[in-house]
Amino acid sequence: MIVEIGHYALTLALALALVQAIVPLWGTLRGDEGLASVGQSCALGQFVAIALSFGALVQAHLASDFSVLNVAENSHSAVPTIYKISGVWGNHEGSMLLWVLILAFFGALVAGLGRGLPLILRANVLAVQGFISAAFLAFILLTSNPFARLSPAPFEGRDLNPVLQDLGLAIHPPLLYLGYVGFSIVFSFAAAALIEGRIDAAWARFVRPFALVAWCFLTLGIAMGSYWAYYTLGWGGFWFWDPVENASLMPWLAGTAFVHSVAVMEKRDALKVWTIFLAILAFSFSLLGTFLVRSGVLTSVHAFASDPSRGVFILAILALFIGGALALFAWRAPMLKRGGLFAPISREGALVLNNLLLTTTCAGVLIGTLYPLALEQLTGEKITVGAPFFNMTCGVLLLMLCVVVPFGQSLAWKRGDLLGVAQRLSVAAAIGLCIFIALFATLRGGPVLAPIAAGLAIYIILGSLSEIAARVWRRGASLGVLFSRARGLPLSAWGSALAHIGVGVTLLGLAATAFGAETIASMRVGEPQNVGPYQVTFQSVASRPGPNYSEVVAKADIRSGGTIVASVEPAKRFFSARQTSTTQAGIATLWFGQLYISIGDQTGDGAVAARLYWKPLVTFIWLGACLMAFGGALSLADRRLRIGAPAPARSGSPAIAAR
Amino acid sequence: MTRKGRRLTLIGAALAIIAFAAALALYALSDSIVFFYGPTEVLQKNPTPGTRLRIGGLVKAGSLVKTEDQKAAFTITDNANNVAVTYQGLLPDLFREGQGVVAEGVLEAPGRFHADTVLAKHDERYMPREVVDALKKQGRWQEGEAKP
Repeated sequence: MIVEIGHYALTLALALALVQAIVPLWGTLRGDEGLASVGQSCALGQFVAIALSFGALVQAHLASDFSVLNVAENSHSAVPTIYKISGVWGNHEGSMLLWVLILAFFGALVAGLGRGLPLILRANVLAVQGFISAAFLAFILLTSNPFARLSPAPFEGRDLNPVLQDLGLAIHPPLLYLGYVGFSIVFSFAAAALIEGRIDAAWARFVRPFALVAWCFLTLGIAMGSYWAYYTLGWGGFWFWDPVENASLMPWLAGTAFVHSVAVMEKRDALKVWTIFLAILAFSFSLLGTFLVRSGVLTSVHAFASDPSRGVFILAILALFIGGALALFAWRAPMLKRGGLFAPISREGALVLNNLLLTTTCAGVLIGTLYPLALEQLTGEKITVGAPFFNMTCGVLLLMLCVVVPFGQSLAWKRGDLLGVAQRLSVAAAIGLCIFIALFATLRGGPVLAPIAAGLAIYIILGSLSEIAARVWRRGASLGVLFSRARGLPLSAWGSALAHIGVGVTLLGLAATAFGAETIASMRVGEPQNVGPYQVTFQSVASRPGPNYSEVVAKADIRSGGTIVASVEPAKRFFSARQTSTTQAGIATLWFGQLYISIGDQTGDGAVAARLYWKPLVTFIWLGACLMAFGGALSLADRRLRIGAPAPARSGSPAIAAR
Repeated sequence: MTRKGRRLTLIGAALAIIAFAAALALYALSDSIVFFYGPTEVLQKNPTPGTRLRIGGLVKAGSLVKTEDQKAAFTITDNANNVAVTYQGLLPDLFREGQGVVAEGVLEAPGRFHADTVLAKHDERYMPREVVDALKKQGRWQEGEAKP
């Protein structure tokens, strides 16, 4: 019964989404305020309906109701409760439901919190959001119904894929979807601005918080996914340039560019058309990612078992929204009035350069991801474009961007003083250069990219710190005065400095991968094995039962100069329901580096195959991402950016009509 | 600077970056593309030894031999032709005889391949698409057939 209610609520949500898509648009065309504000209640109602539907599916999973196909295929009565819940979105149907739930959540956020928004803008935003919602709800109901029944019901489920029985599944997809889908609001704002034909700095102030929220979650989602892959796949890789990873990186790059260009638009009323274009681009890449994962056109660890009708449906949605938005853009954008002059050497100029580099990187990722598909369609040749391509193109472009970052932060708006800024950054640059030379000398003959990246990372971190210091420091000021000056700095200044420090920290972690050590060995109990600066000894290798698996566990001691610094328990788990096994790596965090052990099969004579890695500073990769997201959140908390906060007095016309 | 001059600077910078990126991409593409072949294609196209390839097919039943220092040897087959593969390291969790696999590495001699990466399918319903296509090409796979 609950399952049927869930199905019904989903259908109801589709009906509400259609009303939300059409009526407010009609209302704004007719100039009827009553009709235009229908969208709010529809958006709220739609969110409630989808939440109900999602709750019903969660309930079915919790109760192990195997008469529901989705539960029977992806759950098992012996699975721990946490995986029963996260298993809801561990499959295609359920994850689509989570997708639309988050979509509706953002719609409801605009409806509920957007009181300060102009009426027409809000109506149009909700209408576009309604269109997106309706398309995806129709997709779920027509091709991937999570509530389909199974008769006769089996006695036991087929179990959740063992690789997914991990806390990572509970965290990674929701974070990632909050990011992906969060850009739908940005897209809707852009489309609404184009429909209305006007855009101004106020628009930028409304859209910026949403963009920041989406960007923070996407950053965390990607970092979490990377860490999950790192500890679960058993060979210590954290980024594979897998098409689906690329699909999440592309909206992140476009979104990062957007977050920067929208700042220019808010402060200086410039780059309007470009900002709109980026908004469309960011969500288009989110949709492209959805298509790549769910259509089965690509081989990837993320691919869902799929049927072709879904791919065609999503391709149609993709074409409709990207094509529609770009057509709207082509038609309306020339009417938007340009404003805000600036000299090439200025903060705006640096941000333009940032945008150029980010979007070209994004294009590089796109080419590398889609080129194999295109080539196969044209010639039938199957190729893969591997990590070297991406390291070459994206690596070089992003390192160039890193050179610009501290400059952009320190340059003044409108017209900057390049020489002064260069002087201010000279200390940071000099220290970075020293680090580069020192590392280059120790790594003689090794990859040159790693020392460059390490030097740049230090330069960015120090450069960002010096920017804050320069704004706080006054010669002869007492400590108390300095402290109050620091507190007086706007939160968004702290936020951007912190986010950029995060970039440096991540870069440092990436650079450090070149200084790690790796051994593959047959380990016997009691025999020590050197890896990097540590010695690893297996104390015992034994079998142990788990709730729905059995595992072989090795107890390993890690010694540094004779004293035990850590003990880990790498394991290999066997899941009998699916006849598959997974590797549980044993990871010891020593300072910011990690010692990573994963075990393989036991050989006949009692030895066990093992991979041992020493990865110095590896945690910086994800800590940096957390810093970036935290910086974004700080900017978000800045009072001046809140929706409905009084706009600062502004000279000149606040709104520029296009017509 | 005039408005026009500023715009020209902007467009100039954009073109320079795009041209640089395009050059970089073309150079990287020519250098890092890896072709995917099934065992039959490996024999037909006969790439020169030393070429980097990805080979996909089924792990031939009974062909897996593991030796002491983490070396493994197995045969990839499409049930028509075979390629002998050597690999050093841990095989993935889902590596099984009779099931789909993709190996990336270097062709040492015709029909002999040294892999540095071995990928196995990650759940029992999912098969690397290249493997399915390679098997279809050989007529070893009918649509709708229960997956091997």
